Amino acid sequence: MLRETHLNGLLMLALLIVPLAALALNEPFIITLATKVTILALAGVGLNLALGQGGLISFGHAIFFGLGGYSMGILASHAQSFTPLMEVPFLIEGTKLMPVIWIVAIAVSCLAALLVGLLSLRTSGVYFIMVTLAFGQMFYYFAISWPAYGGEDGLVIFVRNEFPGLNTLVPIQFFGLCFAVLCAVLFFVSKLNKSAFGLALSGAHFNAERAETVGIDITRVRLVAFVISAGITGLAGALFADLNRFVSPTMFSWHTSGQIMIFIILGGVARLYGPIAGAAVYIILEHYLGAFSDYWQIYLGLILLFVVLFAQGGLIGGLSKREAAHD
Amino acid sequence: MSTILLIEQLLNGLQFGVMLFLMAAGLTLIFGVMGLINLAHGSLYMVGAFAAAGVAGLTGSFALALIASLAAAAMFGALIELTVIRRLYKRDHLDQVLATFALILVFSEGTRWAFGSFPLFLNIPDMLSGTVMLPGGIEYSLYRLTIIGIGLLVAAGLFLLISKTRVGMRIRAGENDREMISALGVDISVLYTLVFALGAALAGLSGALVGAIQSVEVGMGEPVLILAFVVIVIGGIGSIKGALAGAILVGVTDTMGRTLLPVIFGSFMDPSAATSVGSALASMLIYILMAGVLVFKPTGLFGEA
Repeated sequence: MLRETHLNGLLMLALLIVPLAALALNEPFIITLATKVTILALAGVGLNLALGQGGLISFGHAIFFGLGGYSMGILASHAQSFTPLMEVPFLIEGTKLMPVIWIVAIAVSCLAALLVGLLSLRTSGVYFIMVTLAFGQMFYYFAISWPAYGGEDGLVIFVRNEFPGLNTLVPIQFFGLCFAVLCAVLFFVSKLNKSAFGLALSGAHFNAERAETVGIDITRVRLVAFVISAGITGLAGALFADLNRFVSPTMFSWHTSGQIMIFIILGGVARLYGPIAGAAVYIILEHYLGAFSDYWQIYLGLILLFVVLFAQGGLIGGLSKREAAHD
Repeated sequence: MSTILLIEQLLNGLQFGVMLFLMAAGLTLIFGVMGLINLAHGSLYMVGAFAAAGVAGLTGSFALALIASLAAAAMFGALIELTVIRRLYKRDHLDQVLATFALILVFSEGTRWAFGSFPLFLNIPDMLSGTVMLPGGIEYSLYRLTIIGIGLLVAAGLFLLISKTRVGMRIRAGENDREMISALGVDISVLYTLVFALGAALAGLSGALVGAIQSVEVGMGEPVLILAFVVIVIGGIGSIKGALAGAILVGVTDTMGRTLLPVIFGSFMDPSAATSVGSALASMLIYILMAGVLVFKPTGLFGEA
């Protein structure tokens, strides 16, 4: 049995070493898989802030994943066709620059989360799950029925967007970029969790009445957490779209929300590094079970069922010493 | 737009609403009595549709197909209640969501494995095909009218079951105070299995009835499941009355929105833009309705504060 912090370190090290080894062995596909794990883990880290730390069971995080993806898709498609996004009241042009796309993706996701959060947080418990699920479906249907950006077919971006100083078309460089983003976000979230805000958030989760009594405005704290969490997932969405060079309404589908949630539960709820373990396991299962059987999701379902019913604490909980789920 | 077309769409909306009610009633009952959120309810809808399509294909009898849908859904409902669901009653909602989401994966892929990826078709029986003339000179599909009839009949039956019978009394008691009724000697676990199977049977029936209008395919239950959630949020959780009101409101709003919005936008925009804006907005209409209810009455129209 390992200490959880050591396990987390090993996990990050493995995530870094696998693609480097793949580079040495000339296996670019493995690098792509590792990049996928990194990006999906990022989406999970975003949701985990709301779900794990805040106890807000959002079944609508595909909204932000999709909005991030479409932010990238829309900006890049305008840049690739040299048509401005809009001309009145002021000119907005498309862009192929990742930093700009990221900022837009985060801003759009946060704004949407503010609206969705303001409405959804009027409810709690099981209502909150159903309401976020329903709003997710609204975005999904909107993306399908809005013809301007590909509708049901989605948008293809021919060349991956650019990051100053890097050649993002080289798989290992793009992986490095995503890995750096993941590390930066993990650092930010770990600081956030330990801050007064993070304590207020988990206080509101574990004992809402007490938190309110000591003067915490729990709705506001939850809303802020929801918005930040959405921003992170939106950023992941933009990266995911760039990995595939493709966006489609599937990013908004409720299966995507469920998937992000699965990363968290497989890894361990409210564990900062849980989504990384979860996303890695998920992608490995998808890859190897998928090759073994077309119906691999049956096995995924059974594994998930087993974890939920019998192995609470997830992978990291199972592999590390029993201690509180704090980082 | 003519009045006749409008009334026809209104009836379509009513038919859609009645179907949603069959789904939502089971969900809300299961939540009310056991405190469980069941995402796999859509899978039971699918099971009902596939059972009906399979039996109709073998025997050619629609009545037998409906009975098969009820039986298969109730059976699978009881089966998952006994093996999985009953371990979840004391768990938090996150565990319930994930475990029932896992069940969806198992059900969907299992059905794909058993029946293949191609949609099946369930034909409307000859007796119910064609149209009837309604007062006012409206020609309307007999089958859809039958669905409305069946749905309303089930709704009435459910009200009677819950308000007049001994089982209904236990269900209501279970909603109010779980511990007390088991202390009074009611075997609560049998009651739970019964309620779950009942909800499952309703979902299965609904799937079979809709299966004859649409195609029977894997994943057909999921959009309906989420609409049923919208219905419950609007109607108020745990309330059958709320489920009925919410279902009809959602069914009519959605159907009318899809018909009327493109026409309304067409009155001041050019036709192609009006169609795309209208249909995009129509697809969001019920969620906007839900948002409106959340603003004014977060516990739903019939929910208790």
